[in-house]
Amino acid sequence: MMQLVVRDEPLLHVDNLVVEYGLGNKTVHAVSGVSLHVARGETLGLVGESGCGKSTLGRAVLQLRRAKSGRVLFDGEDLTAMGGEALRRMRRRVQLIFQDPIASLNPRRRIGDIVAEPLIIAGVKDGTERKRRVHEVLAAVGLDPDLVAGRLPHEFSGGQCQRISIARSLVLNPEFIVCDEPVSALDVSIRAQILNLLEEMKARFGLTLLFIAHDLAVVKAVSDRVAVMYLGRLCEVGPSEQLFAKPAHPYTGLLLQAIPVPDPDVRPAESVATGEPPSPIAPPSGCRFRTRCPRADQRCSAEMPELREVAIGQFAACHHPLA
Amino acid sequence: MSTQLLTIEDVAVELPTPRGNLRAVDHVDLSLGAGRTLGIVGESGCGKTMLSRAILQLLPKKAKLSGRVMFDGQDLVRLAPASLRRLRARDLAVVFQDPMTSLNPVLTIGTQLMETIQEHLELDAPAARKRSIELLAAVGIPAPEQRLAQYPHQCSGGMRQRIAIAIALSCEPKLLIADEPTTALDVTIQAQILDLLAREQRRRHMAMIIITHDLGVVAGRADEVAVMYAGRVVERAPTQALFKRMHMPYTEALLAAIPKLETAPHTPLPAISGRPPDPTRPLRGCSFAPRCRYAAGACREAKPELKSAEMPDHLYACFHPIQMAEGIGA
Ligand SMILES: Nc1ncnc2c1ncn2[C@@H]1O[C@H](COP(=O)(O)OP(=O)(O)OP(=O)(O)O)[C@@H](O)[C@H]1O
Ligand SMILES: Nc1ncnc2c1ncn2[C@@H]1O[C@H](COP(=O)(O)OP(=O)(O)O)[C@@H](O)[C@H]1O
Ligand code: SF4
Ligand code: SF4
Ligand SMILES: [Mg+2]
Ligand SMILES: [Mg+2]
Repeated sequence: MMQLVVRDEPLLHVDNLVVEYGLGNKTVHAVSGVSLHVARGETLGLVGESGCGKSTLGRAVLQLRRAKSGRVLFDGEDLTAMGGEALRRMRRRVQLIFQDPIASLNPRRRIGDIVAEPLIIAGVKDGTERKRRVHEVLAAVGLDPDLVAGRLPHEFSGGQCQRISIARSLVLNPEFIVCDEPVSALDVSIRAQILNLLEEMKARFGLTLLFIAHDLAVVKAVSDRVAVMYLGRLCEVGPSEQLFAKPAHPYTGLLLQAIPVPDPDVRPAESVATGEPPSPIAPPSGCRFRTRCPRADQRCSAEMPELREVAIGQFAACHHPLA
Repeated sequence: MSTQLLTIEDVAVELPTPRGNLRAVDHVDLSLGAGRTLGIVGESGCGKTMLSRAILQLLPKKAKLSGRVMFDGQDLVRLAPASLRRLRARDLAVVFQDPMTSLNPVLTIGTQLMETIQEHLELDAPAARKRSIELLAAVGIPAPEQRLAQYPHQCSGGMRQRIAIAIALSCEPKLLIADEPTTALDVTIQAQILDLLAREQRRRHMAMIIITHDLGVVAGRADEVAVMYAGRVVERAPTQALFKRMHMPYTEALLAAIPKLETAPHTPLPAISGRPPDPTRPLRGCSFAPRCRYAAGACREAKPELKSAEMPDHLYACFHPIQMAEGIGA
């Protein structure tokens, strides 16, 4: 019984996280008070438009960017309070996969060395052991270790480079991976291959994932729950099926309408989204979505909406949620 | 047909590479009527960009082009450079995937727009300025007057693409080629840009070629779709007909690989395994054979010709076409 209770604790717990960048004498409010959790073995999808703070949130979770305030509890321990050796030890358990597969690999290093790098940083001194691990993960992502280990990144396609970076992220046997738009730069056909691969790896290595993307259908394909972000804040979070069937936040609704449907009988909705997101340097008062929201009223500019439960397990931050 | 604005006949593009000759475009025939939209769909590297550059006569210097590109009654392949430049400036416009390809980073948006307009429409400066503001407003740029003084880097990606479209539209082209105009953009901005292109196209009765790797992008927006694979057109049909009944296994696979919102999470996607063949090592048989689940018999021996099925305007290149009964995504 004891063990069950322990396993039910979320693996990751983000609590009121604030991340800012200085830009000259101005401040970019990239992440402004985000709270979320990811259960062990779960995939939480994170969607939102370019610049809304998805990558910043992902990097702050991994402590690659330090938060201004808030906490990141990983397996019960607060990463934001950690430093030095303790943090380095924790870093073995959490990894990152980047959006741009080609740019994220050092062009002058051989694939074998690129994939082995985390092992070296983690202090694995035994060369044969390193080689064994590298071969194991390269094979796991569908590459022939003997064929690829000695070659350079430019000899591979975008899809293959993404397989290589997935292999690199797996080499330390992590528990948690932040996938930052791992398929956005890939073609439809290769995208499907990589999404399937991530699902396979997740099952095989018992991973927990934070999966960042701006394409809702892509996110739904792999996520148990989905969180929608807009201009540094969470708008809505809930179980994937439920959220897509019955979005409560107007922004989620808008994102859903914008998806191109591969069916000529479905006429694309005319200009669903009006305008672009405002600048995160001077975000709107109250609800940050109000400048583009068809439902916005006085209250929306005066009062910031808090996340409230609108259906079982589904939370939305909106004064006038969709029915 | 004489009513066509653009007719491409037997166009091939070869590029010399260290690995040998690369056939980027392999004998393509296409045509497009005035005011119509053609979608060209296919995986990265299948030759979409090279084909559009062959139409525009903007190929890399070392490229070898053969065939005919009949535009408005003239063969662009054989047109003198000066006439070609004039034509490109007035009647033929292009929008690239990366808007920075068509924008100059060191000039203000106003300068770039006004220069293009003055050059091609022979307007004086105040008139060109007025026209620029109208164009920026038409492509959905808020506060267009203030934007004129800004540089491209001060705009978001979506904004830059709108500006590139404004410049492309500024000389009232008869044909606009948009090469993956939204691939680098978010879904919401993508929808806005595609709507914008469709609206301006209708208004100007302009013909448009829209290039993408996503069948979803062309579904509701193109009159006709050409699917390319390994440098060739492998299926071509009016959009409705294509989505109703796909004959080419590649088209079917391309559609099936798109994640669908209706599908439950964690359903494995029907991915196309492997990759397109190395374009410097063309296959003897059907280029799709190594990845095709229907491949058999002649598929590995001979190239299937692009020919019509029961409907004269639905062409496909396949020895074992799919006879799907009905519907899409099956
Ligand atoms: N190093 C930095 N200095 C200043 N501002 C930054 C920095 N990095 C990011 N920003 C800003 O912070 C905000 C959030 O950026 P972030 O990269 O997290 O967005 P994102 O949601 O990942 O976007 P995308 O979909 O484009 O990857 C943006 O306004 C961005 O311009
Ligand atoms: N400048 C170039 N030199 C040599 N090969 C090229 C060049 N540009 C493109 N190619 C090759 O031509 C083929 C078609 O490329 P491209 O038309 O860009 O494809 P797409 O636009 O469909 O992605 C590819 O194999 C590509 O690698
Ligand atoms: S709080 Fe108001 S502005 Fe914000 S999403 Fe809800 S209705 Fe729109
Ligand atoms: S010709 Fe053969 S290999 Fe090519 S697509 Fe048709 S069935 Fe597949
Ligand atoms: Mg990002
Ligand atoms: Mg291209």
